[in-house]
Amino acid sequence: MATITVNGESRTFDGDPGTPLLWYLRDIAGLTGTKYGCGQGVCGACTIHLDGAAVRSCMTTVEMANGKTITTIEGLSLDGEHPVQKAWRELSVPQCGFCQAGQIMQAASLLAKNNAPSDTDIAEDMSGNLCRCGCYQRIHAAIRLAAGGV
Amino acid sequence: MLHYLKQEAQKAERKAAPVVIENVSRRKFLGGAVAASGFVLAVRIPDAAALEPLTPYPTGGASMPHGYGNASDPHVFVSIKPDGAVTILAHRSEMGTGVRTSLPMVLADEMEADWSRVSIQQAVGDEPLYGNQDTDGSRSMRHYIQPMRECGAAMRQMLETAAAAKWGVDVALCRAKAHHVVLLDAEKNDTGKKLGFGELAEAAMALPVPARDTLLFKTPAEFNYMRKGETKITDLRNITMGKAVYGADVRLPGMKFAVIARPSVLGSKVKSFDATEAKKMAGVEDIFEMEGVHEVPRKFGQLGGVVVVANTTYAAIIARESLVIEWEQSPNASYNTDAYFKEMSKTAAEPGKVIRNQGDFDAAWKGAKSTFTGEYHMQHLSQAAMEPLCCVARVDGDKAELWAPVQSPYGAREDIAKALGLPIENVTVHVTLLGGGFGRKSKWDFMIEAALVSKKLGGTPVLLQWTREDDIRHGFYHTTSVERIDMAFDDAGKVAGWRHRTVAPSILSTFAPDSGYQFPIEYGMGFVNLPYDIPNLRCENGQALAHTRIGWYRSVSNIPRAFAVQSAVAEAAHMLGKDHKEFLLELIGPDRTLDPKALGFPEDFWHYGDPYESFPIETARLKHVVNLATEKAGWGKPLPKGQALGLAAHLAWHNYVATVVHVDVKEDGTITVPHAVTVMDCGFYVNPERIRSQVEGAAVMGMSQALYSGITFKDGAVEQSNFFDYNIATMANFPKIVDVHIVEPQPGRNAAGVGEPGLPPFAPALANAVFAATGKRVRRMPMGAKVA
Repeated sequence: MATITVNGESRTFDGDPGTPLLWYLRDIAGLTGTKYGCGQGVCGACTIHLDGAAVRSCMTTVEMANGKTITTIEGLSLDGEHPVQKAWRELSVPQCGFCQAGQIMQAASLLAKNNAPSDTDIAEDMSGNLCRCGCYQRIHAAIRLAAGGV
Repeated sequence: MLHYLKQEAQKAERKAAPVVIENVSRRKFLGGAVAASGFVLAVRIPDAAALEPLTPYPTGGASMPHGYGNASDPHVFVSIKPDGAVTILAHRSEMGTGVRTSLPMVLADEMEADWSRVSIQQAVGDEPLYGNQDTDGSRSMRHYIQPMRECGAAMRQMLETAAAAKWGVDVALCRAKAHHVVLLDAEKNDTGKKLGFGELAEAAMALPVPARDTLLFKTPAEFNYMRKGETKITDLRNITMGKAVYGADVRLPGMKFAVIARPSVLGSKVKSFDATEAKKMAGVEDIFEMEGVHEVPRKFGQLGGVVVVANTTYAAIIARESLVIEWEQSPNASYNTDAYFKEMSKTAAEPGKVIRNQGDFDAAWKGAKSTFTGEYHMQHLSQAAMEPLCCVARVDGDKAELWAPVQSPYGAREDIAKALGLPIENVTVHVTLLGGGFGRKSKWDFMIEAALVSKKLGGTPVLLQWTREDDIRHGFYHTTSVERIDMAFDDAGKVAGWRHRTVAPSILSTFAPDSGYQFPIEYGMGFVNLPYDIPNLRCENGQALAHTRIGWYRSVSNIPRAFAVQSAVAEAAHMLGKDHKEFLLELIGPDRTLDPKALGFPEDFWHYGDPYESFPIETARLKHVVNLATEKAGWGKPLPKGQALGLAAHLAWHNYVATVVHVDVKEDGTITVPHAVTVMDCGFYVNPERIRSQVEGAAVMGMSQALYSGITFKDGAVEQSNFFDYNIATMANFPKIVDVHIVEPQPGRNAAGVGEPGLPPFAPALANAVFAATGKRVRRMPMGAKVA
């Protein structure tokens, strides 16, 4: 039995401890904001925070999260007013929007540890989050914009 | 594009007469005193000085399956609650272009609604009611700006008429403004008396729709939202909060999760399978075989395989790995990319079927002072939208209900009804948001699969999930191609002869017995419609049989054509010692409107399905975007070693696009793009902000396919499987700054397509810049991350 705090709520799970958090969140906890894009940790669509750090939930099992705290896009802010979310809207970043939960979670973790990232910092930290629509210019600009407010 | 293509394929199959689309827009008949509609509203045209009639122009929208349906009818597309809340239907699918916002915004603006009081409702698949819903082919705005403006203008005039009746005044004194109708005095000044849309809704909706020729439209100066670029996409907040609903986010009570093990080689059937181990795994509920569609053409028939149903997606995925399946051999197992390129290259060296012929190329070639030959190769591509295919289906008895990220909900509905043996009325297709589409999601094989699984489970709702590996390996791939261009130069260094040979398996092979030859839709994409002033020009098509499912991918055949033509032009300029831009302008030649007949275009010339006269090819527009893009990019400016500009210009979907790419080739050969400029002349446009985002994204996708992405086959199976071997651009290296300039439209320049045309020029502009920077010419896509 694993116990995980998800968006401030304590939950238990007695299924296969090898279940990736992605599928636990989506299919069991009903939190569908976290997206499946590759299942191999190479696209970043499933990015969540585990004890504050950005991780790929498709590569992180329930067992690895036992006793820890998870934040998903649904829990990043209560009202959608996290500076990264606001910057994303201000610059109209998304096209299809599918990868954006992962992008936002990655960007939020970057800014939490480095509130004045350089272009290189942004490129390095964000390069594992793919966007097929190609919103990279705006993602980059939105991180810069949010950096002032995190 | 789909059932449209099916329609076109059937024509090709029947060797029918040329696909000349007589655009009998029904609106033509509604005009004038004909009053064919039978219910011309007995109202006088409101006196609204600035409003003006909008001359209708025919588009191919009328000849798409189910035409425009009732797209101009406010009773179908608009509802207004007594409190004034307005709901507008979005009947096209949102996959990132912004169409779910832009089209309703057109309607809202024209009806003078306050956007903050408008909500958008996604339509189910019902083309007889809404008009064609094939959200592809860059046609949503191109075909629906007119009906949506008509719908909005009609709604506005109905509200004004209702107000006139309430006040007992002449309708000329009633003017819709900001969600109200205001009463004017005899001098046309606002009296301060007004009625809200909500108060007028019931009476307005009881009125018949005014005839087309009584409708008055806003002038651009009166637009509140159109042309402004200030309207945020309707799903923006939900997207940033993880609340937006995509295909796999639909949850039904009792829903199960399924994946399918499909054959690695097209046409291979299940010989036998052993599910003993898989069945023992936790969460697994059922495992069974699904018959595939193996008759050719397969169209969107399911591939067949073994279905695993479980209580979570993960349980289904891992159980699938334990299946032991023996597959039958398929003749497509002979498909090998290297050998196929050799074959295509050989074919391109031989005469092909002549598709366009103008003047005498052979004579020009014989009399040439010098010649150029270039051969350009391109691998298959996978659309690889970030959201893998998925569909929720509930097929309970004689009723089926599906939810999917689908570009063509009605085409899907028709085929699902057939696959289930149900009347179409018993099938409902809901459209969720699409996590990208790029053409793959207008092929609904995944929805048929989901429907068949739910049926087999006796009505249990099921979410059928494709893994990324499934998506990469079981696609409808962008064709692979060899494009060969031969040019003959005269004594003055002018191009006297041009021969373009295209060799590529055709999309038609998916819909009709494969002849190995392409069809008018593919010929029309930058091949036979080359807008250059060359006296002797021949376009030939060599045979190439398909061994995998060929489908469309954003921009379709325009990608290899622009890559070949725009690379060849740059190469020839270099060979002749001319400036590329000047040489390109010289090739485009004098300002003129092309006459397809006089230039030897084929009889069945396909002009993106539109009547030529609504979107004639004007060389001045192409030259203008070339001049503007080079000017904005500083063409000719000195740059440090390893840096250079490259240019390409291409006309697609009636949209004239020029792109200048600035490359900086690093010491280790890594190609980077610090800056790109794209100038687009797309005619009448409404949402410049989303147009810019489409072009920015096209630069990233253009870089992906120029440098990284390629699908290859070995023994009939796709060699790639996920984003670690099917690579796309990342934030580690992408076009850093993309400047987008939209040419202000002149009257009569109708709305062109926008979603796709930004893409084709990027790769050749990049290749041309790489050559200018390094002297190395790359004639294949993908070219690799580094210059060797």
